[in-house]
Amino acid sequence: MLAFIIQRIAQSALVLLVVGLVAFSMFSFVGDPIDNMLGQERTQADIDRLRGQLGLDQPFPVQYVKFLGNAVQGNFGISYRQGRPVADILLERAPATLELAAVSGFLAIFMGIGLGVFTAIRREGFAANAIMSLSLIGVSLPTFLIGILLIYLFSVELGWLPSFGRGETVRVGGWTTGFLTESGLKALILPSITLGLYQMTLIMRLVRSEMLEVLRQDYIRFARARGLRERAVNFRHALKNTLVPVITVTGLQLGSIIAFAIITETVFQWPGVGLLFINAIQFVDIPVMAAYLMLISVMFVGINLIVDLLYFSIDPRLRADRTKAH
Amino acid sequence: MTKTLTLMSTALLLSTTALAQAETLRWARSGDALTLDPHAQNEGPTHTIRHQIYEPLLIRDTTGAFEPALATEWAPKEDDPNVWVFKLREGVKFHDGADFTAEDVVFSFNRAKTENSDMKELINSITEVRAVDDYTVEMVTDGPNPILPSNLTNLFVMDKDWTEANNTVDVQDFEGGELTYATTSTNGTGPYKLVSREQDVKTVMSLNEDYWGKDQFPLEVTEIVYTPIQNAATRVAALLSGEVDFLQDMPVQDLERVNSADGLVVKQAPQNRVIFFGMNMGADDIEADNVEGKNPLADVRVRKAMSMAINRDAIQQVVMRGQSQPAGMIAPPFVNGWTEEMDAESKTDIEGAKALMEEAGYADGFSIRLDCPNDRYVNDEAICQAAVGMLGQIGVRVNLDAKPKAQHFPLITDSKTDFYMLGWGVPTYDSEYIFNFLVHGREGDIGTWNGTGYDNDDLDAKIKSLASNTDLEARNADIAEIWRVVQDETLYIPIHHQVLNWGMADGVGIEVDPEDQPKVKYFTMN
Repeated sequence: MLAFIIQRIAQSALVLLVVGLVAFSMFSFVGDPIDNMLGQERTQADIDRLRGQLGLDQPFPVQYVKFLGNAVQGNFGISYRQGRPVADILLERAPATLELAAVSGFLAIFMGIGLGVFTAIRREGFAANAIMSLSLIGVSLPTFLIGILLIYLFSVELGWLPSFGRGETVRVGGWTTGFLTESGLKALILPSITLGLYQMTLIMRLVRSEMLEVLRQDYIRFARARGLRERAVNFRHALKNTLVPVITVTGLQLGSIIAFAIITETVFQWPGVGLLFINAIQFVDIPVMAAYLMLISVMFVGINLIVDLLYFSIDPRLRADRTKAH
Repeated sequence: MTKTLTLMSTALLLSTTALAQAETLRWARSGDALTLDPHAQNEGPTHTIRHQIYEPLLIRDTTGAFEPALATEWAPKEDDPNVWVFKLREGVKFHDGADFTAEDVVFSFNRAKTENSDMKELINSITEVRAVDDYTVEMVTDGPNPILPSNLTNLFVMDKDWTEANNTVDVQDFEGGELTYATTSTNGTGPYKLVSREQDVKTVMSLNEDYWGKDQFPLEVTEIVYTPIQNAATRVAALLSGEVDFLQDMPVQDLERVNSADGLVVKQAPQNRVIFFGMNMGADDIEADNVEGKNPLADVRVRKAMSMAINRDAIQQVVMRGQSQPAGMIAPPFVNGWTEEMDAESKTDIEGAKALMEEAGYADGFSIRLDCPNDRYVNDEAICQAAVGMLGQIGVRVNLDAKPKAQHFPLITDSKTDFYMLGWGVPTYDSEYIFNFLVHGREGDIGTWNGTGYDNDDLDAKIKSLASNTDLEARNADIAEIWRVVQDETLYIPIHHQVLNWGMADGVGIEVDPEDQPKVKYFTMN
């Protein structure tokens, strides 16, 4: 067991290092940050001086090793665009993204499961068919278009909800939250629907097909024959048995909700790390891009590591195979 | 409990009475200021925010004329043309209450001349700044500099004592690793004080009740809430839904929509920015074409033909939806040296262009790569696309290579492009600035944006002499002569002058500033 964990962690670390290396090798193609940092009156001497100061005159492996050395000590450098420590900026931006992701994930899971069960039970009903058709929108329309449509409808035409930003936020310790003010909650609605819609429809369709599968099983018929109430049959017996694949998919989608928040954040000017990353790309803000990419890869590698470990503990065959091999 | 309730209701009451007199301007544009340090970044949106909080010695009004700010008068010294004398405004206070005096000006200029400063190139002719008395400053230049005041309109003055006390004398330095105080805190003399700022999210400023100009300017806005909104559609939606009162960076495709909406107006004015194509005529052979052994762009007939092939009216109507002014020279209309005749010199003439191409020996045309930015100017990539089709009519087969500005501009400054788009604004409102960067041959610090490879020693000498020519009439004659050469050689293919659009709620009164730098002290609110 221990050997397995150590091996997996070593593999994860290797993946991280490779991601970082690939990221650094690509930065030179994003453009030249110097150009954005100095005005149009700058001279060659200014350019050379700044380039030397930032270490951009060195080959990328050297830049990468330097970055790693500092990152290990918790120093992600200074943003070229904002002139502030990257770690501070990321910490300042993280609550916005995490709150948005949490609400979207919550919406996706509860609405997804609820609607999935509903459409499975009322398979032939008009409402179920309407929901199924509408869910095609969630799967097929790109996120930014959904966002713009929602803004047009609810902000411009109806004037109910704000079109951009996070509203008023309250600072609790180092965390800024939009949950405690009316404008903060209102501001959450459109972005979280936009971000969570795809996952919601995905979960809904998954639950529906799993439910249909399970409802055909003999033990459901048997349960009905025993005279159990419809609700108990549907929720206690059927739904429970559909949840295993749903949980697997949901876990994997969790990472992508945070990673794909980039587009939603840009459309709604949501001040999270995704918007920060887009700005960083446009400005060629290498320290911010590097830190963000590392952070996201740490997250994905971490999720995968946990999933691996869970499989290991759930599936006895994995253990058996390994002991045989040794 | 009751006590808190009473407190709360009093607070509520107070805030509502305050609201009755308060006028908040909710202002949005696509980007945020990069820093608040007055000398760290020489960039438009950054200057715009600073202009509310800090002040330079003089500013420009919306017509481009000088207007006194911290200086009341300025003139060259009578017996010494190398010295400019500035009389400073008396009774001005910084936001922290300190008096504004000559030592602050001396200190700020010296700070702006340090290595990390991004403003130093604009004042590199100044060798010494000295305080004669508390309200008189003399600036010594390395030769007569008749247009020095033009370079000072974005040079902000900080308080010497405040800056020293907060250990922020050095201009923000990215390698230093530490956040400097002046990056996030301010102490200016301007009409608005900084209340709070979260970069890229929201900046709040409130009226400076002790502002020196409170009887001169409307100052009707008591609070400014500035929010960058990057996505163009969201930005317009925020204006349409009434969440924003004043919008910069209006996307041209939404002008009609905003103008026709109830309670909203769009105001426009020509912007201080001209868009054009540059061609590498200096090289013996260029890489981006299919002609071996020679450079078609070196032939002035080819350059003229390419310019004649561009249908500027079509670009204006189709690509820009009317939001541009076709250009015949690469100077914006308010710049000294611009003439209406020269600006009308570009004519579309496909037959004439074909004849010129044939005369030059390129009857079958040639192919070339056009480098174009896609996130810098209004509809930049679409303009290039239109040009591809137009140039195709005279046999110039163009491969368009559009990329983000961060990748595009280094191509020009490193001479890695032979045919490119560039836009140019003239902060000094004088042609010398254009000549220095775009016409003069590359030589150390001048000609840095001249990607044409054009190098004419006689012309360079004439450009250099402009800097110290104090006889304005003779100087203007020289400028006209230089422009004649630029036009006759077709150094650049001018496309158009950009038009600025500001969207606002009906009650907001402000004229569009050609620099795209709204100064909120001029705003009226109804």
